This record gives sequence, structure tokens and C-alpha cells, in this order.
Amino acid sequence: MATVIVVTSGKGGVGKTTTSASFATGLAQRGYRTVVIDFDVGLRNLDLIMGCERRVVYDFINVINNEANLNQALIRDKRVENLYILPASQTRDKEALTKDGVERVLNELRQNFEYVVCDSPAGIERGALMALYFADEALVVTNPEVSSVRDSDRILGILASRSRRAEQGDIPVKEHLVLARYAPERAHRGDMLSVDDVLEILGISLLGVIPESPAVLQSSNAGVPVILEDDSDAGSAYGDLVDRFLGKSLPHRFVTVQKKGLLQRLFGGS
Amino acid sequence: MGMFDNFFSRSPNKSTAAVAKERLQIIVTHERGGRHRSPDYLPALKKELLEVVRKYVHVDQSQIKVHLDRDGDCEVLELNITLPDEEQRMGVS
Repeated sequence: MATVIVVTSGKGGVGKTTTSASFATGLAQRGYRTVVIDFDVGLRNLDLIMGCERRVVYDFINVINNEANLNQALIRDKRVENLYILPASQTRDKEALTKDGVERVLNELRQNFEYVVCDSPAGIERGALMALYFADEALVVTNPEVSSVRDSDRILGILASRSRRAEQGDIPVKEHLVLARYAPERAHRGDMLSVDDVLEILGISLLGVIPESPAVLQSSNAGVPVILEDDSDAGSAYGDLVDRFLGKSLPHRFVTVQKKGLLQRLFGGS
Repeated sequence: MGMFDNFFSRSPNKSTAAVAKERLQIIVTHERGGRHRSPDYLPALKKELLEVVRKYVHVDQSQIKVHLDRDGDCEVLELNITLPDEEQRMGVS
């Protein structure tokens, strides 16, 4: 039976789609049949980040409305075996995401995949609620910044009360924190919430810390999930994150300040 | 200034991150409103209370409010039942 994982955050622009793309790619790279679904109906972007925007013919809503079958709508990734993308509709409105429709598609995907990754839209409206409703596990993407942390806490509340697992009194959705855009030097200086600060406030387990990195923008420019840039800091951080998700115990990198020389400390900007 | 910033960054004032953490802890605790520890017996308690009250007075589901508040270490269970008007009460026996 497949595991359904929602990538969520409440706040927009914190790195949900970046995380969904890299997480799904990482799982597939490690040999698991993985599909990543864009739930952001009307504002799809996962296709761009995955670099398959020109191959979209049918979408998630077409499948829900029985206008296309899954085989027609799923896009097979050209770089990584076992990886498929189900794009969101760009034209329909979010009301098209019915609970029954989403459930039917997810059930069908569960038959054929080991991991189903749901890329949630921002907010707490229908799209976001549908993305998390059927989840078994959740990656809560948070930036070390007040509004993001507050919104993440709100999403944790919704996961604990409005997911199917919560409604049916099942084992709760397993929550993982992904702290993205982290700058250890700024945290060390007291200008940014530290990893420990965020963990203390949210009280969930840390799956990975993704450093603030130019590689994220560069890889999105090219339509390549940053995890495939494995010599970059963000790429290797996502690699570790996926390994940890699969049960490996790895120390967190990019959480402490790199030692600087005296001259650098005196004259090295910032 | 950059040079001096580095030298004197350990100012007696609280760092902005410490301020952020404190503000977040307050607002998040407030907004949770007992989310993590909200007892799951609350809906059942409400239903059973309503059944007991209904044995004697006819009240509507919407006329009963059960609320759990936390005031420091003290938890207050507040039960609020709006009884119907006299003539309506006569209607049931």
C-alpha cells in the first residue's frame, strides 16, 4: 500500500513546490515508484519546477471529471526512472477538487505507486484542505521567520483536526518539519530564528534543514529539481532529507556557522 | 559600520531573533487554544449532557454550549444552556 505525503505550509513562497519536486525526485532516484501531484488548481507551477511544462496535455481535474484517464494525464519524468507528475489544471477553479474525486484518483494511484506526494497550494482553502485530507504523513515547510512559523502552526492544527485520519480517529498524520531558507550565520548572530527556536515552538520532529542557496533559483530557472544538483548545498540537503525520511540516521548539515578566518570576519561584508 | 557591527554585535539589547521567538510563543499558544490537549471527550460530554437536560426540559442542540478554557494552571469547563421561554416549555411534558 502506498504512502500519501502532503507537502504543506500555510504560507506561500516558503518552498513547498521546490520541496515537493526534490522530495519526489529523491524517492524515485532511490528506486521507489513515485508520483507527485500539483493541487494548486489555477496556479500550477510544479510542471515548471519539474521542467515538463510543455508536455502537459491532460491534468488532475480532467481525471477527476473522467475526461481523461490517469495514463493519459501522468507525465513520465525523462531524467529519473519511476517518477511521474500529475499537473494541476490551469483553467478550472478549485471547486472542481471534490473530495470524492480526489479520493478516487488517489486510490487508483495507491495501486500503482509506492509514494504519492501532494504539493499543496498556499492558504487554508479548498485546494490546501484537499491536499492534506488523505495524507498519511506531512512535510511542513517552514522558513525561520515569524509569519511562516505561525502559519505552520496553524496548518499543524488543521492536520490534527481536519485530515481524514483525524476525523476517523485513526493514527494521526505523521508530521515532519522541513526548515527551508536557513542561514546559519544570521541565526548565530541573533538576526534569524535558529533551528532550535523553530523546533521548540512547533514541537515536531526535524526532517531536514535546507540552507538559503542560489542553487534553488538556478535550478528552477532550468526546470531541474535542485536535488539533481547534488554538488550544491541545497541539493545535498534534500538528498539527506530523503534518506532520513527513508529511515537513515544522518546528522543535520548546514545548521552551524562555517568557521571564518580573522580577516574575513573583520572585512567580509554582510 | 560593518566592521563595528561585527565587533559589537553582542549588545545588551535582546537580539531580534529572541524577540521573534518570544512573540511567536505567545501568539502560537494563544491561537492553539488547547488544540494539543483539547480533550476528545468534549463532543461526547456535550451530547450526554444534552440528553440529561432533555429529560426535563426541551432544549435544542444549538442551545447548549460547552467550552473549555485555560487560565494559567486552572482549567475551567463552562456549560451554558439557554432554556426556552415559559410557553414553549409548557409544550413538552
